[in-house]
Formats: sequence, structure tokens, C-alpha cells
Amino acid sequence: MCSQGVSEVPTAMEIYKLLPKTNCGECKFPTCLAFAMQLANQKVALEACPHVSSEAKAALEESGAPPIRLVTFGAGELAAKMGDETQLFRHDKTFYNPTVLGLIADDSDGLDGVKSKLDEAQAMSFERVGQILRVDSVAIRHSSGSPEDFVAAVKAAAEKGLPVTIMCDDPAIASKAVEACADKKPLLYRATASNFDDMVALAKDKSLPLVVSAPGLDELAELADKAKKAGLNDLVLEPGVQTSADMLVNMTAIRRAAVKNKFRPLGFPTIAVLGPTEAEHMKAALGVMKYSSAVLMDTMPREMVYPLLALRQNIFTDPQVPIQVKAGLYSVGEPTDKSPVMFTTNFSLTYFTVRADIEKSKVPAWLLVVDTEGQSVMTAFAAGKLTPESVAKAIEDFQVKEKSSRNEIILPGMVSRMSGKLGELTDMKITVGPRESSGLPKLMKTFSG
Amino acid sequence: MGFELPKEKFGGRIKEVAIGATKDQGGTRSARLMAGGSNGLPFLKFESEMPHLPLVAMDVVDTVRMVPEQLQESMGAAVKDPLEWAKKCEAEWGADLCVLKLQSANPEEEDRPAEELEGLVDKMLKSMALPMVVYGCGFEEKDAKVMEKVSNIAKGERLFLGLAEEKAYKSIAAASMANGHGIVAFSNLDINLAKQMNILLLDFGTKPENIMMDPLMAPLGMGLEYSYSNIERLRLGALSGDPVLQMPMICDCSCAWNVPEALEDNPEHGSAELRGVYWEAMTALSAAVAGADVVIMRHPRSIVMFRETINVLAGGE
Ligand code: B12
Ligand code: SF4
Repeated sequence: MCSQGVSEVPTAMEIYKLLPKTNCGECKFPTCLAFAMQLANQKVALEACPHVSSEAKAALEESGAPPIRLVTFGAGELAAKMGDETQLFRHDKTFYNPTVLGLIADDSDGLDGVKSKLDEAQAMSFERVGQILRVDSVAIRHSSGSPEDFVAAVKAAAEKGLPVTIMCDDPAIASKAVEACADKKPLLYRATASNFDDMVALAKDKSLPLVVSAPGLDELAELADKAKKAGLNDLVLEPGVQTSADMLVNMTAIRRAAVKNKFRPLGFPTIAVLGPTEAEHMKAALGVMKYSSAVLMDTMPREMVYPLLALRQNIFTDPQVPIQVKAGLYSVGEPTDKSPVMFTTNFSLTYFTVRADIEKSKVPAWLLVVDTEGQSVMTAFAAGKLTPESVAKAIEDFQVKEKSSRNEIILPGMVSRMSGKLGELTDMKITVGPRESSGLPKLMKTFSG
Repeated sequence: MGFELPKEKFGGRIKEVAIGATKDQGGTRSARLMAGGSNGLPFLKFESEMPHLPLVAMDVVDTVRMVPEQLQESMGAAVKDPLEWAKKCEAEWGADLCVLKLQSANPEEEDRPAEELEGLVDKMLKSMALPMVVYGCGFEEKDAKVMEKVSNIAKGERLFLGLAEEKAYKSIAAASMANGHGIVAFSNLDINLAKQMNILLLDFGTKPENIMMDPLMAPLGMGLEYSYSNIERLRLGALSGDPVLQMPMICDCSCAWNVPEALEDNPEHGSAELRGVYWEAMTALSAAVAGADVVIMRHPRSIVMFRETINVLAGGE
């Protein structure tokens, strides 16, 4: 990696040169060099040395910064976070900030057209395994040629509450749009080589995050570095992306440069703007997997959005800890002591699937959730984490027999093998349920009387 | 600024395996397909070679019991007849190869006798010319009988037989070795198990160029994240030079159709069929991006979406 004249994380030697070199030991390290080495590895904070000069401080500030800067836009609870990633592969450690998805409305569609698209974006919010998944932002693109229309559209978007991206290459018009919603901290799209100074000035003046865009990574790094030197820190990178091949290569190169090589000019979140076709939708999926911090899309059919959101949820979960719910005895509907009891595991996917199927039956029931460390029925069974003993203990712990006088429990069909032993341990009648919980409504009909 | 793309160079390379045999090669298939051969992470051609795009295998299930009703509707009547189904894969749907799943052998269900299944494979080989993979029903004793017969009747065709599992691989490995076929080694979402399975087969005498790995593809929304990372780790392990992990991977993405969310009626999530198509296409894309060399898919439309994407990813248009 080349580093002419640009800022990278300093090496231990570079840091050492900036320290007082008195080896006074107040930092709790025996020598300034030892301290410099720890600092280069980001194991200590610069503040631990009370004697460092302010020039040295400024020069070294960067060393503590994360490889990819966290950039947010929008205001309040729905503000969108991008970047702050530290990994190339999710098995090493979690990917933290899920790709921000945004629907683009074009001002040439007229205010009504824009508004209906805004409504569409806002309506795309779904609950899945206990989490809310949504299209997180909207973008207004200027192509109508009428600044008034653009400002009106941006205003309408800002009123919705979702974070807004202002898409306009003309700084004068963009500035009018910004006036309409500056307090909502929109993302300004975009500075290119041809409008650079004015866009940077606008972003600086209003303290807004700015997308920097260039066809090649070389030029992109140069522009980002220039913006940074002009005092802007909240940048988002748009590499020239024509095909999915460009996208994969560019996004991978940026992530590697930032994370592995600590190449500061590319240490920012990334954005990709996609068109309306099925091929572009697949590109969105690629972006979610391969390092796009944000993806703006022209169209978002529901058939595509829901799987895309599920993909994003999958890719951005903690690889060590499955999404899970607390063990316990849950009521579905308003069960009484006559209502049926059944058990499942505390893997969120399992719990919410089973719960939804019980709800479909409209028969109130008790659902005992056994702690399997967040594993599904068969996984937990194969791993010895769902055993007659652990189920019996949960029946005991959560006082199932006090809540229900039926003295009967329904078990998941896949683990019918444990029914004998479980019966022995609990003195309860064991009913083997269907293998798939989708069969529950049929079984539950027999309990409705 | 002179920014250079940060390149990764690896010491290892995925082995190339051949699937199918043409007339010249002693079989009757229309092509001999090559899988694997890459020496880097998928599609990063600026730093590595990827001599073969991921192959698209279409599955053919020999009993409608295992085909969701909605699919029977959207894919048409052909899915009720494995021979017709396979012909469509070849003539209309653009499959590179076919994976015949002999689910009807299941002793707890149809329990079709091995002789009948042998007959089915024979007819299929005669009625279409795609290279083939043949999977049993997962019941060891039955599969042992079925695979022996399949191996014999398809002598020279260079099928891949599956699935070899840790506790049940000897009879299927013997069947594959007897007539020059390959074998698919199954493991359960774990890099060490995958390695162990390959070691067992190699110790048994199977040649490395006759093995593909199935590391279990969990579909989108049902554990995809585990598979995605497992495949990535397997690929990285292979590239970093572990010869026992350098077999190409085959990932069954048709499992997407078992996910209730992909197919349930839920207008909030749009029409079920198209949603299912995206579900499968995205599952397959994630397998390919992570490192799959062959993906098994089912719906003709998701195949179009998937193929378009990987063609472009590989630098085509
Ligand atoms: C993802 C996954 C994993 C993930 C874990 C995911 C998790 N958090 O649980 C990981 C990678 C960790 C994993 C590990 C293992 N896995 Co695993 N895994 C899977 C996979 C692909 C999906 C599981 C899943 O999420 N299912 C979805 C949930 C919703 O299903 P479910 O919990 O069973 O719930 C359904 C039903 O049981 C029923 N139901 C549930 N509750 C109730 C309640 C009632 C009352 C009723 C009526 C019905 C009902 O309805 C639900 C919806 O249909 C399956 C294969 C597959 N495609 O199914 C294998 C699978 C479950 N795993 C398996 C195995 C063997 C293992 C391992 C032992 C492998 C190993 N040797 O290391 C390990 C064990 C873990 C350990 N050592 O700690 C086997 C189990 C084989 C068997 N028959 O025993 C399977 C079936 C794969 C296979 N074909 O071999 N696994
Ligand atoms: S406190 Fe500062 S000056 Fe003193 S030894 Fe540590 S680094 Fe050097």
C-alpha cells in the first residue's frame, strides 16, 4: 500500500518520535518506547501520558480512531448508523452496523409521486424473530430541473421522520434543500471532482455528513483525503460502481485498505446507488454481504425487500450468540388452568415460529420455553441440550403444574423419542405434537372445547 | 495518490473435479463439467484465478411428497414425473447438471425397491444428457443397496453419489469407487467435521479428485449465517494450504423452499412465488459469494437471477 503524503495509523517508531522521550514512567510503562508500542497496537490511550505536547496530540489523535469511522445521519431514534466495522469476515467477530437501506424518490415524479414512495418506504417495516426490520431511510433525487419541486420533495421527506439523503450534484440547489431540513441531519449526496469545493463548504457549514464520489479508488482516496484536510470528518465513500463485479472488487478493496492496512483516506463507510431491475436487487444482496454500509435503491418490491432484510439480519448477527429469548412459561392468548401446555426451545427463530402457529389456532395455550442456549429443536437435541431432564427441570422451575391442571404436555414431533423418559420424570401425560409447528392449529382444534 | 488494490495471495488452490463423461470418455453425457480450480476468494479476479464459474445444478425429486404444493403449481406438471422434470432442466431451464434425489427409497415412506430406482436412473440417463449427481434417501441400509445398483447401471457416466456421512460412508464410497464415480461428502456446518469426513474417505481409498464436499447449506432465515461463515472458513482453510479442505464445495440451496416464510401467504411480504424466487436466488448468491463451487437450485426463475449475477460478477455482461 502506498502512503505518500496521506495519514495512516502511525507506527510505534513514529509515535515514539513525538513523545517527550524522558522515560518518566508516569504512564505506567517503563519507557516512552514501551508506551509507544502499546499505543501503536491501540492497547492504551494517549491520555495516559501527561506530558505529551498538543502538536503531538493532534498528530496522534488518529491512532485511537477505529479503522472505519462511524457516520450517522438522520435525527432521533431512527438515525442511521454506518461504518465502525472492524472485520473482513464475520466469523472473526460481528459485523456491527447493518447495511442501511434507502428507497429513492425522484422529484420528477411530482410531489404526489414522491409522497407515495415515501409512504411505501415507511410501510416497509416488519417484525421478524422479535426484531423490527425496516427500510431505514429515504433519498430524494433531483432530476426535475425545478429547484422548488426538489425542495418541496425534501421537505415532505424530512417530515416523515426517516433519515433523508439529498441527492443533487448542484451545490446551489442542494443548499436550498438543506435549508428545508438542516435540523434533521440529512446525508448530502455528493461531492465529485467537479463540484468538490462548494459541496465540501456546504457540508462544513451545516455540519452534515457528505458522500464523496469518484470513478476510481485512487481518485476517491484523494478526494476523501482532501475533504478531511478541509475539516470534514463525516464522509461516506461512493466508488464508481457499474457492474456487480466492480462493486465487489471496490467494496472489498476499500474494506481491506481500511481494516487491514489502516489506510485512513478510505477509512469511511461506503454507499452504493442501485437501479430498478432484478439484477440490481441481487446487487443489493451482494452489498449486504460484501461491505456496503448503505444501499439506495430505485425500487423495492416487497417480494425482494423481505428476503433482503432477512439476509441482512442473518449476516449481521453475532456469530457467537444466536438470537434468543428468555426461558420461561409464556402465555399465548389468555390461557387458563384448562389450556394446553407445550414446550419448545429458546432459539428466537424456533420460539417465534411456534408462537405464531399457536396464535393461528386461536386457542389460548401455555408455551414452556426451555433454555437450550439459543439452539433450535434438532440442533439442541443432537447437542444434548434438550433432554428429558432439562425439560423436566424447566417444568419444575417455571411451575407448570401450578399454572395448568391438565397434567399433560405436548412435545415437538421431532423429539418424540424423549416422550417415554419425560413421562417417567414428570408423571405427566405426554402428547407427541406434529413435526412442524405449522401442524399445531389442527391439533389444537381438539383442545378448543 | 497511486492507490493500489490491496491484494491477497494464497498458497493453496481448490482441486478441479470432473463431473460427467462424454462419449469419448466412456459415458453418454453431453459434457464433462469442471468444478473448483480457483486459487483465491470468489470472483476477485484482480488477484486470483477462477477458471470455472459456480455450476448450477437443478434438483429433481422422485416423489412429489417432498415438493411444496406452491412449487408444483408454479413449475408445472413436470415436477410430478422425474423424467419429465429432468428433461425440462436440460431443454428449457438451462441447468448445468441434474441432482436426482431418490427420496422415494425412504423405508418409512414409499420404500421403493432398489431395482425400480435403478430403472429410473437408467431411463433418466437415456432420456437426457446432463451430467448427474444422485442422492439416496439418508437411510443407510437402503442407500447401500440403491447406490450399488445405481453405480453399476451408470458405469462410465462419472456420476457423483451422495451423501456420504461420518457414520455411513463405506458402502456408498465403495459403490462410487467401483465404477469410477465421484462422491459427495456431507458434514454438518463445521469445518472440523468437513475435514474429518474427507480424511475418512481418503483413508478408505477414495481419490481426492473424486470428492466434493457438502458442508450443509442452511437457507436464508434458517441459519444461513452459519453456513455463510462455515463456507468462508472452509474456503480460507483450503486456500491457506490445507490439502484435506481443497475439495470443491457443493451447496444445496433448494432448501430455501423449506422455509415457511418463503412461501407462506402474507400479502405484507408480497406475492409468495416471487418472494420464494428471491429467497432461493439470495440463498444461492450467498453460497457462491462465500465459496460454493456448485449450487443446487430448484426454480427456473431464481436460476436466471442467480446466473445473471454470477456471470457479471465473473466479468461477463
Ligand atoms: C442452523 C443449524 C445449526 C446451527 C445452530 C442454529 C441454532 N441456533 O440452533 C449450528 C451450526 C450451531 C448447528 C450445530 C449443530 N447441528 Co445443526 N442444524 C442447523 C439447521 C441447518 C437449521 C436448524 C434451524 O434453525 N431450524 C429452524 C427451527 C425453527 O426449527 P426447529 O427448532 O426444529 O423448530 C421446528 C420444529 O421442530 C417444530 N417445533 C419446534 N418447537 C415445537 C413445539 C411443538 C409443541 C411442536 C408441536 C412443534 C415444534 O416447528 C418448528 C418449525 O417447523 C438444521 C438443518 C435444517 N435444515 O433443518 C441442522 C440440524 C438441526 N443440525 C444437526 C446437527 C447434528 C448439529 C450438530 C450436532 C452437528 C455437530 N456434530 O456438531 C451441532 C450441534 C451444536 C453443538 N454441538 O453445540 C442435525 C440434527 C440431526 C438429528 N436428526 O439429530 C440437523 C437436522 C442437520 C442434519 N440434517 O444433519 N446446527
Ligand atoms: S508518561 Fe509520557 S513521557 Fe513519561 S514515560 Fe510515559 S510516555 Fe514517556
